[in-house]
Amino acid sequence: MSGLANALRRHPELMVAAVLVLAVVVIGAVNPVFWQPSNIFSLLRASVISGILALAVLLVMLSGGIDVSFPAFAIAAMYLTVKAMIAWGFDGVVLPFLMASGIGLCLGLVNAVFVHYFRMIPLIVTLGTGTAVRGFILGAVGTSQINIGQMPPDLIDFARTELFAVARPDGSMAGLSAMVLVFAVIALLVHLMLRHTMMGRSIYALGGGEEAARRVGFNVRRTTFFIYGLAGALAGFAGLLHGAMIWTANPRDMVGMELDVIAAVVLGGASIFGGRGTVIGAVLGVLTFVVITNSLIILGVDTTWQRIVVGLIVIAATAVTAWRDRKRLA
Amino acid sequence: MSAILQRLRRADTNLLQLLVLTVLIFAGMAALNPERFLRPYVFQSITFIAPELGLLAIAMMVAMLTGGIDLSVIGIANLSAILAGLFFHAVGGARGPELANLPLPTVLAGIGIALGIGVGAGAINGFLITRLRITPILATIGTGQVFTGICLVLTGGPAVVGFPKLWGMIGNGTMFGVAAPLLVFLVVAGLVWFMLARTAFGINLALIGTNPKAAVFAGLRTARTVFLSYVLTGVLASIAGILLSGRTNAAKSDYGVSYLLQAVLIAVLAGTNPAGGRGSVPGVALALVALMLLSSGLQIMRFNNFLVDLIWGGFLLLSIALTSWRSRVR
Repeated sequence: MSGLANALRRHPELMVAAVLVLAVVVIGAVNPVFWQPSNIFSLLRASVISGILALAVLLVMLSGGIDVSFPAFAIAAMYLTVKAMIAWGFDGVVLPFLMASGIGLCLGLVNAVFVHYFRMIPLIVTLGTGTAVRGFILGAVGTSQINIGQMPPDLIDFARTELFAVARPDGSMAGLSAMVLVFAVIALLVHLMLRHTMMGRSIYALGGGEEAARRVGFNVRRTTFFIYGLAGALAGFAGLLHGAMIWTANPRDMVGMELDVIAAVVLGGASIFGGRGTVIGAVLGVLTFVVITNSLIILGVDTTWQRIVVGLIVIAATAVTAWRDRKRLA
Repeated sequence: MSAILQRLRRADTNLLQLLVLTVLIFAGMAALNPERFLRPYVFQSITFIAPELGLLAIAMMVAMLTGGIDLSVIGIANLSAILAGLFFHAVGGARGPELANLPLPTVLAGIGIALGIGVGAGAINGFLITRLRITPILATIGTGQVFTGICLVLTGGPAVVGFPKLWGMIGNGTMFGVAAPLLVFLVVAGLVWFMLARTAFGINLALIGTNPKAAVFAGLRTARTVFLSYVLTGVLASIAGILLSGRTNAAKSDYGVSYLLQAVLIAVLAGTNPAGGRGSVPGVALALVALMLLSSGLQIMRFNNFLVDLIWGGFLLLSIALTSWRSRVR
């Protein structure tokens, strides 16, 4: 048993990989519709936004915190950017995404100030900033949804790009969204950053213990600002991409999404105590989560059960993680 | 001994600061809008609405005493109310005079069911946290989803409308000219205050929160104490559910969702240390009064609800900054 715990500790993604394979095999056996390319493509497409947000959550969790403000940041960046584009009559792809990421970055830095200088636990800080930002957007910027008619066309065209398409039995085409590639590139960059840069090492070190990280010479303040800034920027980017992919900018969107993303990251083997977790684990966690929750319908389970399934996933995954990381003392 | 004195003094400066804040808010609101704010109706409505939020805030404070948090309180409150409601509907029919006039023993049985749910749900949280060693944030996020999910599965989404008259008395009635929910709150808050300040259980809780390792070495049965504190939290949440459903004559899976942030805010504003070790019932009561005055003042000035959210979030961040600044000055 302790051998298994050790293996899990060394390769946190082992557990989630096993769960993913199991889920896919079981769901595919119950309903072969699962294996149709259009279903696989739509599952991959559905993983993009949660996936990018999961990277943000992973960064914060690696440092030993938890972030519940990112859906609000994502929506704020998306809504402000789209509003600005419409107001200025600007259309494009690169600049808007830079603006959305920039808005997210600034909001993330606010989190960092409270976590680092005011020494408050991240959950409480992000609960406050998330509520305040959403209140600001809905109360001061607007509550109306921007529909396809007013959305900047270039942005939507970008999000509609497909890598390739295959023919369905009925003759229509099912394409794989190119946004999957965008997600893959971002995930790869974050992975390389965590594995092969000094900043990546310092994030893991901070999660292992702040005082220890400081003693060995890491700049704890810079690391904290980097973590929350990057997490905010990722959230802002994901927010605008979300709006572009569903062709609407809705300021009331993504409510409660934090729980789903946190569930996925925890499923991927990240420990809330920090220092443990990988990008591969988080990505597999998101895929598993999306496969399970989106397959309830083709499994014939009523959608009212979805909350219960999400909750049980969180409890089961955290129980395994806690068992893996259990300490001898006490 | 001197440590205890020091703690008392610290608690007192905190209470004093809260008292000043309450008076300032009251004076500010009264000066801004004397003819509409200074009416008995305003204060009367506070005495009906504040108790349910106050009980949730006390529950949050109890969980924070040991450095934990309970994010499932809203789920527990709604599940308790819904199950009691379904019980009444099963006994007295879905509507009509028979349901409205259910006798006292049946209503008492309903209260028993609701409190039983609180005990059971709290015990589940306590088990996950103390036995399986899941960190409180994730354990209660998970169980909160499950409790809300059970509400959804039981009701299918819509509210359970219609409770017996006697049940409504708990939420809407008056006794000796005082709102019944306020009496419930005073009695329960008094009991919890006694438990925390005057019994070994309460002292142990604060000790465990201050230094869990020292508590273990001092021979305290930490697991049992923490377990009981989550049972207490669950019971408090279910009483809040009884008050909420009694006042509104309905129970629904997503009632009171905004109470979660407000409960955390009140607990933190009351000087509770979310990292554990410090928190008191009188502090929570004072913070509750301050925030209820502020919120009814904002409502009278016709602030839109989203801006009120912005102010709640901002207030939480401000109180974090103030607490941090105060501890640095010392």
